[in-house]
Amino acid sequence: MTTTAPLPAAAAYGRLMDQANRHDPYPLFAELAAEPVQRLDAHTWLVARHTDIARLLRDPRLSARDDAPHGGPDAPLGSDGLPFAGPFLSLDPPHHDTLREQTMHQLVPRILGMRPHIEAAVGQLLDAAGGGPGRLDIVESVAYPLPVGVICELLGVPREEEPVFHSFATRLTRGLDPVESLSARQIADLEVTRRDWRAYLLPMIARRQADPGADLISGLLTEGDPAHRMNTLELGATLGLLLIAGHETTVNLVANGTLALLRHPDVLARLRADPGLAPAVVEEVLRFDPPVQMTGRHATAPIQVGGQTVEPGDRVLLLLAAGNRDPLRFPDPDRFWPERPDNAHLAFGGGVHYCVGAALARMEAQAALSAIATRLTAPRLVADPPPYRPTMLLRGPRELLVDHDGITGRAPASG
Amino acid sequence: MSAHRERIVIVGASLAGLRTAESLRAGGFTGELVLIGDEPHEPYDRPPLSKTVLSGRIGTGRLALRTSDLAARWLLGVAATGLDRAGRLVRLADGGSVGFDRLVIATGVRARPWPVAEQAALNGVHVLRGRDDADRLRADLAAGPDRVLVVGAGFTGSEVASSCRDLGLAVTLVHRGAAPMAGALGTAVGSAIGVRQRAHGVDLRVGTTVAALVGDRQGRLRQARLSDGDVVDADVAVVASGSLRNVEWLHGSGLAVDARGVHCDPACRVLDTDGAVVDGLYAVGDVARWRHPLFDGAPTALEHWGNAVDQAETAAHNLTRAPHGVRFNEAVPAFWSDQFGMNIKSVGLPHLADHVVLAQGGFDRRSFVAVYGRDGVTVGAVSVDSPRVMDGYRALITERAAFPPRIDATDSPAFATPSPILEGAARP
Amino acid sequence: MHVVIDLNRCQSYGQCVYAAPEVFRFRGGESLEYDHVPDARYEQAVERAALACPVRAITLGRPSEAVPAPAAGGVR
Repeated sequence: MTTTAPLPAAAAYGRLMDQANRHDPYPLFAELAAEPVQRLDAHTWLVARHTDIARLLRDPRLSARDDAPHGGPDAPLGSDGLPFAGPFLSLDPPHHDTLREQTMHQLVPRILGMRPHIEAAVGQLLDAAGGGPGRLDIVESVAYPLPVGVICELLGVPREEEPVFHSFATRLTRGLDPVESLSARQIADLEVTRRDWRAYLLPMIARRQADPGADLISGLLTEGDPAHRMNTLELGATLGLLLIAGHETTVNLVANGTLALLRHPDVLARLRADPGLAPAVVEEVLRFDPPVQMTGRHATAPIQVGGQTVEPGDRVLLLLAAGNRDPLRFPDPDRFWPERPDNAHLAFGGGVHYCVGAALARMEAQAALSAIATRLTAPRLVADPPPYRPTMLLRGPRELLVDHDGITGRAPASG
Repeated sequence: MSAHRERIVIVGASLAGLRTAESLRAGGFTGELVLIGDEPHEPYDRPPLSKTVLSGRIGTGRLALRTSDLAARWLLGVAATGLDRAGRLVRLADGGSVGFDRLVIATGVRARPWPVAEQAALNGVHVLRGRDDADRLRADLAAGPDRVLVVGAGFTGSEVASSCRDLGLAVTLVHRGAAPMAGALGTAVGSAIGVRQRAHGVDLRVGTTVAALVGDRQGRLRQARLSDGDVVDADVAVVASGSLRNVEWLHGSGLAVDARGVHCDPACRVLDTDGAVVDGLYAVGDVARWRHPLFDGAPTALEHWGNAVDQAETAAHNLTRAPHGVRFNEAVPAFWSDQFGMNIKSVGLPHLADHVVLAQGGFDRRSFVAVYGRDGVTVGAVSVDSPRVMDGYRALITERAAFPPRIDATDSPAFATPSPILEGAARP
Repeated sequence: MHVVIDLNRCQSYGQCVYAAPEVFRFRGGESLEYDHVPDARYEQAVERAALACPVRAITLGRPSEAVPAPAAGGVR
């Protein structure tokens, strides 16, 4: 026999990508973390240790520009003849910086005032779910409508178009998975989705260009230095990023959080007794079961890490979910423990690409989890594990059915 | 067995002393703790003094540094005046004394005063080190002087000038060196920052010194005569020309002490004049002179917030764990400065470098990173408005990477040649 | 409540500003400023800020021990 022996990591990584293991990837992450840095193939490295991931996220020798068909200025033209502009998530400084800065400039003041609005929105969603005993799909009733409503409001998209946004978000998310995990059919579907997304967006952008409003899109089109304003393609890519990153991830965060609470009744009881625990619960969900499981980079120069040398051009997969369970960084890492001190999880990444929507996601999850804990009477999981969506990079339940003995009324708004 | 409860005395009640005390308690030290401080105030944070305090955005009463209870005895407003090693006593300015079993020296530095006493005494002439200094200077700035003269464009002087510009005050910033902060950052980076200082309206005079401060008959500052013969009208002057170490109280104690500081090893253990470790004596913070294990070069005091914290933790560890498991302070040094809307961050020891090279961005762009090398080894990195990449540079410093290191980031310059750290001058 | 930030660790992610804009703010693009002794009504927000800091740069404390006024002198 002359076949090359597969690298030891390849088998575990293959099982990680296998949808059959989507409900619990953590034993596989632990297996992969046996080596802090190892080859997946000749040009790809897996990094699993917290200290290495945290540093590499902040290392200028790793580029976020990727070679998957969904990113980069060198990407091929779409079938509508337009070049695909990568979102700034997959661009590098300095181009990344100007796009990100403009986006932040629009996002920050809008997010700052969002907390009471988000709390009210969660309240309305649970009100709508009814009062008596029953069965609730947390994904359908809370986790999905909350962030899509928030992102539509930020972007100034009418509520009746939320289902369209939701559908795009779900379909575009697939494009974030490592390209080798996609079939030819899925890649072709993605291309169609991207074309449809542009076809949907471009008229919307044109309308705001002609008649700007108070929304974020109008702000990006009309405010700031005209010389640096985003062009239509950059704006389209940015909006796609905000849609996927600001929506799908939060759906997963709320669903993963609810699941963790239901699997840990002691924590649920503590949160129910003290909603002030919500921020710590959310940080622990972000560590314990992060919505974004890994992120990829490319080396621009040789990098020493974990006793290995990553060569220029090599791809580096940073296993955020593995780093979040690194026993060298987190004592008792497999324990769901909101009160843990020093919870420096990697869920939002780090460095120049740190999640722009982190604060918004936190507000949404804090509001949702504390409302679910305090308002649902005797909630219990219908199926454990719940069914999962197929995507690996952004991972979360497709539905999360919960039986309960009733939904109590909202507490009066506190100061 | 005696019922004696061990007593650790910490001389100096600012950041280094306070953090030593907090780390001792966190590390399980249950003996007596005594903190002695010459200022009458409880520990406060100094970096904001030249920034938010002078520009009036925060008051000196809102700079508290304590984050835990220490169950300590505090002797504030009284300076240490002597050390009796044999008697294990610290003598105090009020005539009293305090006995110790072990001692931590954290007396820090004071501002170097204007050298001519009569000129230093003029109304309107300031130094900036403590919160009382800051309150006095703030009052003079709030009165709206026509022009402020800042003597020395190191970090403190540059930040003072920035705060003056925040207040809309005219500022002349006089600096002996070729560029602001060139002693710490080199000429290339210092010049790039100097360009921005000028763009913010600072009248920056490099390669210049102040020959004399001139007052009126009422003893009020009116003018400064510069080394180039120019005369600047100014009614407030801030002398920001470095610091003096508070070591006089240790003279004659047999410790390795001089104007450069208290010589200690990387475990913060004080050395005697023969270079031997002195049992039970530690030095931390601005006053401690030591050689970082990661870098070649002469032992130096590192007058940085981060060094005070790192050394405090090291000393507290060694006080509670020694002689088993003595730890060296190997944390990579770091400091920051905020001025003129810029966030400057440094890792490593750029002041040791012989060459510097631009690694990312551009000196003429909003953000950049420069890397520093000594004898072909990467020893430091400095960023302006780019704080989120510094961990990568820290890794290069820790692994003693060859200089110049290969970065090749997308915003790295296509060609960048290292330049001598002080152009046109030999390394001191 | 006392707040102390290690500004060497801080990388200006701004999560504290989102959580408690009355206590933390940016000046320029990347320079963080804050009130070490925030008003009691912001304590919950400040706790949220400390939890949200990705680099764990924020230390909170509630020292109850009073620091005595300057000593009058004498033998100790």
